Amino acid sequence: MTHAIGQLGAIAATALFIFSLLWMSDPKTARRGVAAGVVGMTIAVLATWIQPEIVHHAWILVAIVAGFLVGVPLSRVPLTAVPQRTALSHAFGGLAAGLVGTAKYYLWLGEGPELLTKFRMTALVAEVILGFLTFTGSLMAAGKLQEIRWIPQRPVTYAGQNLVNLGILALAVILGVLLIAYPAAAWSGFAFPVVIVLALLFGVLLIIPIGGADMPTVISILNSYAGLAAVAMGFVLDNRLLVTAGALDGSSGLILSIIMCRAMNRSFTNVLFGAFGTVQVAKANEDQKEWKQESPEGAAQLLEQARLVVIIPGYGMAVAQAQHKVRELYDQLTKRGVTVKFAIHPVAGRMPGHMNVLLAEAEIPYSALVEMDEINPEMPQCDVALVIGANDVVNPAARYAKDSPIFGMPIIDADKAKTVLAIKRSKKQGFAGIDNELYVHDKTWMLFGDAKGVIGDLVKQFAGGGLH
Amino acid sequence: MTDYWSMLFVFVLATFIGLGVIRRVSRLLYTPLMSLTNAISAIAVVGSIVVTGADYPTGIRILGAVALFASVTNIVSGFLITDRMIRMFKKQ
Repeated sequence: MTHAIGQLGAIAATALFIFSLLWMSDPKTARRGVAAGVVGMTIAVLATWIQPEIVHHAWILVAIVAGFLVGVPLSRVPLTAVPQRTALSHAFGGLAAGLVGTAKYYLWLGEGPELLTKFRMTALVAEVILGFLTFTGSLMAAGKLQEIRWIPQRPVTYAGQNLVNLGILALAVILGVLLIAYPAAAWSGFAFPVVIVLALLFGVLLIIPIGGADMPTVISILNSYAGLAAVAMGFVLDNRLLVTAGALDGSSGLILSIIMCRAMNRSFTNVLFGAFGTVQVAKANEDQKEWKQESPEGAAQLLEQARLVVIIPGYGMAVAQAQHKVRELYDQLTKRGVTVKFAIHPVAGRMPGHMNVLLAEAEIPYSALVEMDEINPEMPQCDVALVIGANDVVNPAARYAKDSPIFGMPIIDADKAKTVLAIKRSKKQGFAGIDNELYVHDKTWMLFGDAKGVIGDLVKQFAGGGLH
Repeated sequence: MTDYWSMLFVFVLATFIGLGVIRRVSRLLYTPLMSLTNAISAIAVVGSIVVTGADYPTGIRILGAVALFASVTNIVSGFLITDRMIRMFKKQ
């Protein structure tokens, strides 16, 4: 009886999860999607908990309460910290898979090695390798995003790096294959932890050479791995619900990774093994052209006289938490009859959809958020392109400079606007460490400073009666 | 005896459903999508419950309890933050 309830619960949960994702197709139905997910998860948990083999209820209760105590504060982080929270949750997902795999291996090894069939061992090894490399890889990514001091932000590379990384992975896989062949040999119980350590190490090394600009892709790939680790766990535990939900997560990560890679004109392998923008940095422009700086008064005048203003936000807006000031500027301009649109590059920010969420937080209507492919044909009619803390996604070098690391990346055509205003934190290069000729273009005017401060100054010009 | 082939079958079909459904997700919602799928893949919770709560040796159940804690953290924070983000889009 409880078995049937368990199975029915799993089927119901699977259906609810699929509806949950289906309802994410539109912001209007998305909240229903979350509700479906919550109901599905609750059913799944209860249907498992009532099974007769579960006898230690106190343990379960304590772990669940602890999960709530940590989970609730984690959901209250500022929206600018959402990328690192996401990376952290990939880490937790990987950890859970790795630990359950480890527990199951030693359980079966003790209970009866005949339980360690080839199929189970293959799934176990996959689960443990994927789980633990996702764990440390995601922790590293979260650390980089949080800008923790002892984790280098810039990509760290050294000669033979890929060889070392792949060698460690190969070693883990070879040892894993040996374990599949001899799951219960005298040495197997000791070889298993070695596989774990190698996977943990590989996760760290995989992320070390990756820079901030690649984070949207890397987070998506790690998302995919976390899903696949759950699938492997499903195979180990003979649990179809796990396989299904893991596959949904894995395919979501896969699609996002593909979209992110396309938006940077790069391949998976290039992102993971390419160490973006480190080698080429040295080749800066020889004939440095001069910046032209604009005052807030002048910039405000330009904006006021425009008919169409396209705002191009980037990571700088997120760092400065400038989205609410941007909203004030948006209000001031629309009030004066200026059309304001936001051009969203798929990889702007540090994770897929990052800019959309920040702007939605500031209550900017999502009808004003325009995809790169839709805004680009409009750029020649744009009077002022206002670049807020974005850099590589507007760098014209991507179109023609074959030696540039961003060559071939689709960009937002800010340089086709009649005038460009660019807000930049400092006169240093962008995250990829590349010069941006847009900033020294004849029609570009720079506003240096923290994005929040600069936009605040602009808003003051409008509000304070400096302009009328 | 487990029917491994039917498990693989389920995996492949679920992946295709996933690809079909995710493709239709609004680009505006990629960030909440990721936190939602994160919470959903924390379905690993069911495996963790079994390892934690069944009559296994203590060491194994400790591993299960940590896994359970990690999964519940993902479920709780994942669903809550997804809802928080989506509410911002809904307001308009």
